[in-house]
Order: sequence, then structure tokens, then C-alpha cells
Amino acid sequence: MATAHTTPATTTTPRTAVPGATRAVLKAETRLFLREPGSLFWIVVFPTVLLVVLGLVPSFREHDDGLGGRRVIDLYVPVAVLLALIMSGLQAMPPVLTGYRERGILRRMSTTPVRPAALLGAQIALHGAAALVSALLVVTVGRTAYGVRLPEQPFGYLLALLLAVACVLALGALICSVSRTTKISAAVGSVVYFAMMFTAGVWVPVQAMPDGLRRVVQATPFGAASQALDQAARGDWPGWSHLGAVAAWAAVAGWAANRTFRWQ
Amino acid sequence: MAIIEANGVRKAYAGRPVVDGVSFAVEEGEIFGILGPNGAGKTTTVECVAGLRIPDAGTVRVAGLDPVAGRERVTRLLGTQLQESELQPKITVREALDLYSAFYPEPADWRPLAERLGLHTKLDTRFHRLSGGQKQRLSIALALVGRPRVVILDELTTGLDPRARRDTWQLIEDVRDGGVTVVLVTHFMEEAQRLCDRIAVIDRGRVVALDTPAGLVAGADGSTVISFTPSEPLPDAELAGLPGAVSYETEGGRVVINGTDETVNAVISLLARRGVTAHRLRVAEATLDDAFLDLTGPADGRGTTERAA
Repeated sequence: MATAHTTPATTTTPRTAVPGATRAVLKAETRLFLREPGSLFWIVVFPTVLLVVLGLVPSFREHDDGLGGRRVIDLYVPVAVLLALIMSGLQAMPPVLTGYRERGILRRMSTTPVRPAALLGAQIALHGAAALVSALLVVTVGRTAYGVRLPEQPFGYLLALLLAVACVLALGALICSVSRTTKISAAVGSVVYFAMMFTAGVWVPVQAMPDGLRRVVQATPFGAASQALDQAARGDWPGWSHLGAVAAWAAVAGWAANRTFRWQ
Repeated sequence: MAIIEANGVRKAYAGRPVVDGVSFAVEEGEIFGILGPNGAGKTTTVECVAGLRIPDAGTVRVAGLDPVAGRERVTRLLGTQLQESELQPKITVREALDLYSAFYPEPADWRPLAERLGLHTKLDTRFHRLSGGQKQRLSIALALVGRPRVVILDELTTGLDPRARRDTWQLIEDVRDGGVTVVLVTHFMEEAQRLCDRIAVIDRGRVVALDTPAGLVAGADGSTVISFTPSEPLPDAELAGLPGAVSYETEGGRVVINGTDETVNAVISLLARRGVTAHRLRVAEATLDDAFLDLTGPADGRGTTERAA
């Protein structure tokens, strides 16, 4: 299919001809989202389960002078939060969006008064919401099960979290844009997903990384997000360099995804 | 007034013209057929009408509007059933009908429509569990749910069993009787002959004929088929010289001539002149099938019957 000649469904804001049409799309997509137990498990349940399992290791609950008197479990709360975001935006979302294009669902909607962008928008919003619910669950369970203190700078924490969500959704959309088929997007997603898990500190928390490595990692979207969340958790306002790095990644990925997206 | 006008529409993919200067006008209230062999450019033509593709050259107007620039208004009055376009795998029939109803300002009540299409027992079935025919019928329902003024149906009965096909034809006739213009893309001759008021035959990206089904049949070469078994062989020269004859063949003593009414009279006088008796003489009208084959022609230039001079 010569995609260069297909109708660009334009990047202007979707104007729905009928009031309530966008709401109907969101309602239908929410139902469909809740029918994906696999995605829901990995996004909402898995990060918290991982945190609980790690917390069962006795030494992870002991204060460590090498970590500035904090415990390993304290460091893993933001890691699990970022893991929730990665699961949602990079693992679950790209195959859904690519599938909508591949199966002609977007094309079908292009022939109605509602623009197919409404469908993509609904899915992106739902994956963002699921990631936030999961993050909330991680923080709550960390507090109740292991006494991990709630973020001492809640506004800074929330800002860093929202920027990180925007960034992961933009990266997921970019994967969908550059992948021709659902299979390719799952493969690309997996590679990016492992890289992002590493930089988010799933194997070694960013704060426990050697200096040189940490300097590199904190330039990546989730390395920077991890540092920002960690600072806010400890009660500082997150560094603007970290927040700026996450925002810049989000902006660049979002712009590139929008530029390269093919509707058919 | 024509509700759809296509004027010199061209569309090329990777330099290869798929639609090469197609023009036609669809009148309000008719069933307009677009007939052609596979790969003739039928689907690309209707995709340009639906605003899914932008023609490289030429113009398309739906109710006077450009389908791309006037998308908002065109999508409200044009219902489309596309080939190879699915719905979300886990959406149920009911949810799909509800969702698409919400897209239009004055949607039809989908319940009678679903019942009419035999979907009323499948309302809670998810899309990926539907059979090919059921998916097809749901697609037709979604094309009609917005009460369109024009509906484009691309290969509408593909995948339907003969019973469902006939029911669908009846539905399309009812839709037309309700004042809706129908554009029907098909390669089923029977469907085109039964339903269409007029047919555009498209071959290799061009409109090669545009007429009523009867007009297409009458206009085709050899629209009358005369066959008989003569009591003694007739000389080839006499057969070849028959007025209006397009082709003839003799097989196992049986002569089959494609010609016109004029040929029929000439055959009768030939037989009388030579004192030959014709056994099992049959004169038949060619079908749309014959007309179609005649118009679209074999791509490799090989005829199936011996051509008369």
C-alpha cells in the first residue's frame, strides 16, 4: 500500500460533529480496556507484586549506610512506580494502537463524522490512567506493608510522575508510528522496554549505580525520572535538570510520533 | 441532480496508474453498480469518493462537496462499508451499533436493522467470534445506522451464503426504496443484474462502459446466441459470412453463433436456402456475464472462441 498517498487525517484537533461522540468512544474503549486481563495484570498488579516480593527479602528492609541510611525497599518504590509506567506505555499500548491501524479500525472510523484520532486519544488516555492507578497502588502498598514514607515533597513528586507518564506515552506512540505491523511494534517495544527498565533502575536502583554510569543513565527519560522521584520522595524539590530531561524526551518523542504516524 | 460526480479521477501507486481517468455521475435514488475484474481499480475509485484517498488528478463531489475538504459534512451523509476493515476484536455487536449510532446526529434505531440483518441473536457476541458473514452483515448495519443519503457498499455479499445474499439484496432494494442512493461495488454478475439501475464497467483503471444492465447486454458484441445441430454440415464460408455474426464455432456437429437479431434471420434463410433441417434450435439472449467478458477482454489477448472475419 502506497502510504505516502493516503489521506492524512490531519493533525488539527478532532472536532466531533455530534456532541457526546467522543464520550461514546471513550466509554467503549474503557470497556474494551477492562476486557484485557493480561494487560491489566502487567500494568496494575505486577509492579506492586514485585515490590511485595522484594520486601520479603529481610536484608532489603535493613538500613544501609551505603545508601545514606536508607533501605533497598525505599529505593524500589519509585522503581516500581516507573515500572508501572513502562508496562503501560511501552509494553501494553503499542500493539493496541498498531493493531487498530493494521485491522483497518482507524480506516473504518475515518468514514464516520468522528475522526480516528479520538480512538487513539482514548487508548492513550486509558493507558496513562492505568499507569497512574498502578503508581498509586505501589506507593500505598509500600507505605502500608513496609512503612516506606510517603513522598515528602508531594507536589514535586506528582509533577515528576505526570511528566514521566507523558514521556512513556509519547515513546509508546512513537514505537507505534515507526512500526508497520503489530509484530514489529511488539518486538521494538520489547527492546525499548528492557532498556527503559534498566535505566529506571529495576536491576540496580539508579541511586545505587556507580557515579559514571549514573551520570549517563540520568540523561535517559527514566533515569532522569527516577532521580526526580527520588529527590521528591526525600523531601527536596526535584532538580530542574531532571524534570527538564523528562519533559524534553516527552516533547521530542511526541513530536516525532505525530510527524511519522501513518493512519493506514 | 447527480449526488456523486467523479471527473477524470486518477490515482497511481508507485507510478503504476490504478485509476486512470474515471468519470461517472450517480443520480439521486438509483442503485449504481461499479463492476470490474479484480484489480481493475473499483475499490480505489470508491475510496476516493469516500475521502479515504486523495486523487492525483480529477475531482470528486458528493452532494457538491469535496469529500476531503468537506469531510465533516460528507461523512454525515455518506455511509460506507469497506472491504477488509474490522472492528475492535472484543467489542460486542450491540456495543458497536451503539457506538456508531452515537457518531451521527439522527441515527436510525439499530434494533430493527440488526433484526433485518439477522444479527439480533448475536448482540452480545464479540466481533472476533463472529463468522465472516456475520461480520459482513454488521459492517452493512454500521454503514446504514447513520441514516445516510448515499451508501457505498464494497463487495457487500462476499462471504455470505446464498440465502443471506438474497436477503441482503432485498434489504438493499428496500434501502433504495426509502430514498437512499446506493453505490454497489461488485464482481457478482447476478447481483449487478438484479440490483443495479445503471452499471459502470471498470477495467484497468478506466470506465469501459456505462449503461443499464439490459443496455450493456444489448450493446455487447454477439448479444444473441444461436445454436443448432444441422442435418448436414454447413460450409464455413457461409457461416463466416452471416451478417452481424461476431463468432461461431462448430463442435460435435453443433453450431453455436454469437450475433444479433439480424443474424437469426440470416441463419433461418440460410437453412431454408440449403434445405438443411436444424435440430434443437435455440436462440438465447446473452447474459451480463457475456457482456462483461466482452467488455473487459482477456488481458493476454487470447480469445476463447474462434473469431469470425
